[in-house]
Amino acid sequence: MYLYDPIDREFLIDRSNEFRHQVARRLAGELTDDQFKPLRLMNGLYLQLHAYMLRIAIPYGSLNARQARRLAWIARTYDKGYGHFTTRQNIQFNWIKLKDAPDILDALAEVDLHAIQTSGNCIRNVTADPYAGATAEEIDDPRVWSEVLRQWSTLHPEFSFLPRKFKIAITGALTDRAAVKVHDIGLILRKGRDGQIGFEVIVGGGQGRTPYVGPTIRSYLPAEHLLSYVEAILRVYNRHGRRDNIYKARIKILVAALGAEEFARQVEEEWGKIDAARANLPASELARVRAAFAQTNFEALPAVSETFEAARAASPALQRFVRNNVKPHKQSGYAIVEVSLKAIGQTPGDATAEQLEVVADLAERYSLDDLRVTHAQNLVLPHVKLDDLPTVHAALEAAGLATANIDLASDIIACPGLDYCALANARAIPIAQDIAKKFADPDRAEKVGELKIKISGCINACGHHHVAHIGILGVDKKGEEFYQLSLGGSGAEDASIGKILGPGLSADKVAPAIDALVEAYLHIRTGEERFLDTYRRVGLEPFKEAVYAQAD
Amino acid sequence: MPKLIKLTGDPSGKDFGAEWAEDGFVHVGDDDALPEGDVILSLARFQAEGEILLSNSRRVGVRVEPDQEVEALAYDLPRLSVVALAFPKYRDGRAYTSARLLRERLGFTGQVRAVGDVLQEQAGFMVRCGFDAFEPADGATPEAWTKAAHRFRHVYQRAADHRRVAFEERAV
Repeated sequence: MYLYDPIDREFLIDRSNEFRHQVARRLAGELTDDQFKPLRLMNGLYLQLHAYMLRIAIPYGSLNARQARRLAWIARTYDKGYGHFTTRQNIQFNWIKLKDAPDILDALAEVDLHAIQTSGNCIRNVTADPYAGATAEEIDDPRVWSEVLRQWSTLHPEFSFLPRKFKIAITGALTDRAAVKVHDIGLILRKGRDGQIGFEVIVGGGQGRTPYVGPTIRSYLPAEHLLSYVEAILRVYNRHGRRDNIYKARIKILVAALGAEEFARQVEEEWGKIDAARANLPASELARVRAAFAQTNFEALPAVSETFEAARAASPALQRFVRNNVKPHKQSGYAIVEVSLKAIGQTPGDATAEQLEVVADLAERYSLDDLRVTHAQNLVLPHVKLDDLPTVHAALEAAGLATANIDLASDIIACPGLDYCALANARAIPIAQDIAKKFADPDRAEKVGELKIKISGCINACGHHHVAHIGILGVDKKGEEFYQLSLGGSGAEDASIGKILGPGLSADKVAPAIDALVEAYLHIRTGEERFLDTYRRVGLEPFKEAVYAQAD
Repeated sequence: MPKLIKLTGDPSGKDFGAEWAEDGFVHVGDDDALPEGDVILSLARFQAEGEILLSNSRRVGVRVEPDQEVEALAYDLPRLSVVALAFPKYRDGRAYTSARLLRERLGFTGQVRAVGDVLQEQAGFMVRCGFDAFEPADGATPEAWTKAAHRFRHVYQRAADHRRVAFEERAV
C-alpha cells in the first residue's frame, strides 16, 4: 500500500486548517450560507434532508486497518454508529454536525484520509479494480496509476473549476470491476506489441440523464505518457465543455456533440503541443509509487490447504460462502474474500462501527493489513490464506457479514434515495430491502445466478440503474413515488445501457415485478446463460409480458 | 475604479507576496470614447484598432473572455502590457487554462490580470497558473491574498509558477 510521506501529511494538515478557518468564519456569521456552500462542498460536506453529510475519499477503494478503525470511531463519535459505502468506493456519514466537521477532518488526516475533491466540479476520487494486486488476470497494478493520478489531480490549479464533475476509473484486468466504460475517463491497462505497458483510453462514458458507453479515443497510450495525455483531455474539456446548462456539462455531451473521432483529434492536437517532459511523471517518482504497491510478503504455500478442505467438507455454509464470495488469487494458497454489506433486510452499503472494526481486525491479521471497497458497495479482504478461510468466515458470520450473495439478486446497489438525499424523487433503500427479501432463500438466489439489480432514487443515477441487468429508477409522479424498470444494462467489460421495460410501477409492485422477471428468465434460459445473456438473446418482449400481464 | 493587487517577488519561491498597486490602466468598453493613457480593450476592439493604438506610445492591454482563445493574441503578445482574463463567475475555470497557455506556451511575460468574480479562495490556483495581478471582487486585501496563496506548503503538479513540486522535493 502507498504510505503517505511527510509531504502528503503536511498537505492534509494545510487543507484541514484552511477548512477550520472557513467553518469558523461561517459560524461567526462572516460568511453567508451561499458563500460558504462552495467551500464546504470542496471538502465533501453536503447539506442533505436531515443533516450534513460528509463524504470521505477512499482513493481507489483501498484502506488499512488503522484507517478502517478510524472510520468506525468517527461513525460512533460523530454519527449514529454507522457509515455508508458508495459506488465511488468512498464512505459517507449522514448525520454530521457542521461544528464537528473540522475535528473530523483532523482525525482523518491523522490516518492519511481526507475529503478533498469528493464533491465539486473537479477531478473526483479515482476508482480502480478492488482486486488490484491480488487477481491473476492483471496486466499491471491499477493502484500505481490511480495514486499517480490522485496526486496529480489534488488541487490541480487549472482543473479545479471544470464545467462539471470528472470521474476517472482504472482497471488492470480484462474483467472490469471498475465500470470504466461509464466514466468520464476509463483506462484499461494493455500490453503493447513491444511488451511494454499502456492504456486503452475511453472518454465520455457516463450515466445520469444521458447515459453513454464511452468510446475508445486511443487504443494504446504508452503508460509513461499518462499525465500529459490526461492533461490534454482535461484541457480540451475545460475549454470547450458546455457551461450554459448543468445537465449538458459533462464531458460525455462534448464527446457526443463533436463525435468521438473529432474529439480524439482535438485531444491529439493539444497533446502534441504539451511539453511532455514537464507534464509526465519522472521515472524515479513512478518507481517510488510502484515500489509502495509491490507486495513481497506473500508466503510460499501449496495450492491446496488441508485445513481449509477439511473445514469446507464439514460446513455447507462455508461451501456456499466459497462458491459466491471467494475468488481466485494470483498467489498459490491465497484467496480473495468478498465481504457482503448486503445482508437481507439491510441498507445496501451500510456498515456499523462494530462491523468496520471486525473487518479491520481481519484485514490486519489475515489480509496483509489491506482492505478494499468495491463500487458495488461491498468490502474485500484481498489476501487471505486458504488456511485462514474457515476462521475468517466464522468471524464474518458472527458479525453478520458472511452473506453469501456476491453478484446475486440480493447484492443490490442502491443510492441513499429519499431517506437521506435532497435530490431524490423516491426512496431506494426500502425497495432494495423488499427485493432482497424475495431472494432470502439462498438456494433460490444461487439458482438464479448472477443478477445485478441497481436502484437510483432519481435521474442522477447514483445507483447505476442504467448499467444494471435490472435497473430501477425512482420518479415522482404527482407526489407519488413510481419506479421505472429497465433491462439489459451492464457496467462491466460488456458494457451496455439498459432499455426501459414499460410504464412505471408503484412501490409495492416493484418486488413482485422483479420476481416475475426472474421467473420468466428461469423459464426461458438455456444452459449457463445469465439473466443478462438471456435478455440479450430474447429481448424485452417475454419480460414485458411477465410483468405487465400479471399487473393487468 | 477597482483596486488592484499585484504579486511581488517570484511565485516559484517561498517569499513572494502581494501589495496594492497603482493601476495605470483604464478598462475601455467597446462603445466608450478612447481616453488618454494606458487602456485595456476587448479582444474585438483590439483587433480593430490595436495597430493604431500600439503605435501612439501608450501601453495597451486586452481583455479576453473565457470563450475566446488566447492563441488569437499570439503575434501581438510581445507588444502587449496586460492580458486581462475574465471570470464572469468564479466557477468558470476557463481562464486558468488561458493563463497557463499565455505563460507556458506563448511565453507572455507581461501582466496577466484576473478580472470579474475574483475571490481570495482562488488565489492559490491563480498564482499557480501564472496570474500576477488581481482585481478582487470580495474586498480581499493583499495580506489576505498572500496568506491564501501560501496556504499549501506543497504542490503536486507542475504549472506556470515553476514551484518545486512534491516529487522534486522528494528527490532531494
